[in-house]
Amino acid sequence: MNMPSGLGRRGLLFGGAAAGAGVFLAGCTSNESNDDDSDGAERNQAASNEESGPDVTIGFAGPQADHGWLSAINEHARSRAEEYDDVTLEITEGSNDTAQQIGQIESLINSQVDVLVILPADGRSLTQVALSAMNAGIPVINLDRVFDTPQAYRCWVGGDNYGMGLNAGHYIGEQLKDVEGARVVELSGPDNLELTVQRTQGFDDALANYPNIEKVARQAAEFTVESGQDVMSGLLQAVPEFDALWNHDDDQGVGAERAIDQAGRDEFFMVGGAGSQHVMEAIQADNTVLKATVLYPPTMAASAIDLARACAQAKGIGGLAEFEIPSFIQLYSAVVTKDNVEQYLPTGFN
Amino acid sequence: MTTGATPEPSATASLDKPAPPGPPPAAATGDKGPGQGPRLVLGKLFDLHTLSLLGVLAILCVIGAITAGDQFLDTNNLQLVLTQASVIGVVTVGMTFVMIGGGIDLSVGAIVALASVWCTTVATQEFGMGGMIFCALAVGVGCGLVNGVLIAYGPMVPFVATLAMMVSARGLSLEITGGSTQMVTVDSVLDLGRRDSYILGIPPLVIIFAVITALGWVLLNRTTFGRRTVAIGGNAEAARLAGIAVKRQRLMLYALSGLCCGIAAFMLVVLSGSGQNTNGNLYELNSIAAAIIGGTLLTGGRGTIIGSVLGVLVFTLITNLFVLNNLESAFQQIATGAIIVAAVLLQRRSASHTT
Repeated sequence: MNMPSGLGRRGLLFGGAAAGAGVFLAGCTSNESNDDDSDGAERNQAASNEESGPDVTIGFAGPQADHGWLSAINEHARSRAEEYDDVTLEITEGSNDTAQQIGQIESLINSQVDVLVILPADGRSLTQVALSAMNAGIPVINLDRVFDTPQAYRCWVGGDNYGMGLNAGHYIGEQLKDVEGARVVELSGPDNLELTVQRTQGFDDALANYPNIEKVARQAAEFTVESGQDVMSGLLQAVPEFDALWNHDDDQGVGAERAIDQAGRDEFFMVGGAGSQHVMEAIQADNTVLKATVLYPPTMAASAIDLARACAQAKGIGGLAEFEIPSFIQLYSAVVTKDNVEQYLPTGFN
Repeated sequence: MTTGATPEPSATASLDKPAPPGPPPAAATGDKGPGQGPRLVLGKLFDLHTLSLLGVLAILCVIGAITAGDQFLDTNNLQLVLTQASVIGVVTVGMTFVMIGGGIDLSVGAIVALASVWCTTVATQEFGMGGMIFCALAVGVGCGLVNGVLIAYGPMVPFVATLAMMVSARGLSLEITGGSTQMVTVDSVLDLGRRDSYILGIPPLVIIFAVITALGWVLLNRTTFGRRTVAIGGNAEAARLAGIAVKRQRLMLYALSGLCCGIAAFMLVVLSGSGQNTNGNLYELNSIAAAIIGGTLLTGGRGTIIGSVLGVLVFTLITNLFVLNNLESAFQQIATGAIIVAAVLLQRRSASHTT
């Protein structure tokens, strides 16, 4: 008789503890900060105050928002569309699965949206479905990851990876041009991505203008915080002293900064890439090695909405003389420093 | 560190309860007789696999000393290698138990991600370091228990059950973060990763790693829990006939692996100062690879904690050598693959010599 009652008590104890743990855990999933009011529309620049025109339905299909930059893309598209009373945005659940994204785009075509904005998970494999949209008379605004053929889009708008490297290299070059035998380190993204190759190419091309600068090390991280910390801590050990660091990506940069903090190093300055809010705040505070970042602006999604609207309403874009939107727009990778960070801070992503 | 001890009481508690581990179970455990004297302890610590791994480590160190010289032979570098090994090391200790018990846990990386994300939400961080540790461990154990229940009582094939956990835990961590990086704002947690908190030059993460390794070794080699694990991995049916509660043992093995993931998740949060849904990427493969080159059989029934830990150190050291010499990551992946093949072939040979 003793055994069961003992077990019962133990069971009760464990059950109670488990239930308590469960309740506590459930309460801990929230990420809402009490003093967080930097949301939505405020993060964009004011939308162009063009007169409203005929109603436009824009279909938006993008990949799964599994990192900060992509979530910012969705948010910018959504908040920009809300600013126009003549725009209805049909946004699909993001997916990295090619077949699923094709299905989503086909259903947008079938529901006869006026214009499509597509950020393909993989440009090559979504070219066919974009072509069929164009053939069905629905113009496609291709966002960032480019389709195989210009026939698949009416307009392409996206970032400049080569230009990112170029501008990072020029910024570092200008800072170090009077330093004899300056040493530079590069923390790149994954080597199996073409964009990494382009960024590094641009960086090297820019540094070639400064004969006093030598790139002493380059290692690839995986765009994740964990890999950034891992690789950067090794780089710091490998190169006991250097003058500047360019990190391709602000997400992995969080890990790199952590490694720098842990190693207690500060003899160099660091330039980031992409433009996260965290990095911009650090640049503004000016109390870490972070002195600049080169943008790969997620605001391009807002621009794509503007282009889609103008395209559907058969207008050009303000400031240009033409009667219609351009077919190819490559954005500039501006260098954000302490001097201009205030202007860019609202576009920083989490 | 107190948390690492939690599996122990249950193990020792079960010592005196079920069928006395007399002669019949000893027959079931087969090759490992119960009455091995202390003379064999050294032999168990350093068997042939372990020795060959130590040889590989020595060769890597020589290569490092030649190619990277001062940078490699630096106490900073030793601290660095051990720190980078600590997170995946703790995961691998748990994985080793699961594999010796005849299972596999593909969800370790995803559980690390989920636990690290869950313990770095704004809501959790309000509870400070204690709340974060509790959250990480509870999420880890919780996921492990779900795995264990599905596998032991489902019953589901471990590969499938943990694959399902891998996918859904990744999904849930993405849902919680929304893809963004959750920065740690609790100073005590951040300080734990800094140089000031090193104890006698040893980083706290490395101390946790060492404690978990020691506890794992004791649990595997000096308790009934460990002997039962080897028994169900070697021959589950024989173990069941010998009176071992096979299902319960399986359940506890996956819970143990989950606990290790929870501990590793908190360590990773300390190390990286953040929680992100991409954390723990490929941990499942890296920890399985480390356990395998450490001499753990994929089919279960054999394996050592020391071997697995040495396996982790081999991989970490390779990464370290490549970064110090500024070599491309592509070559590193090739080298890692080659080392896995070489290590396993070497073990085959030494195994056939001994038997």
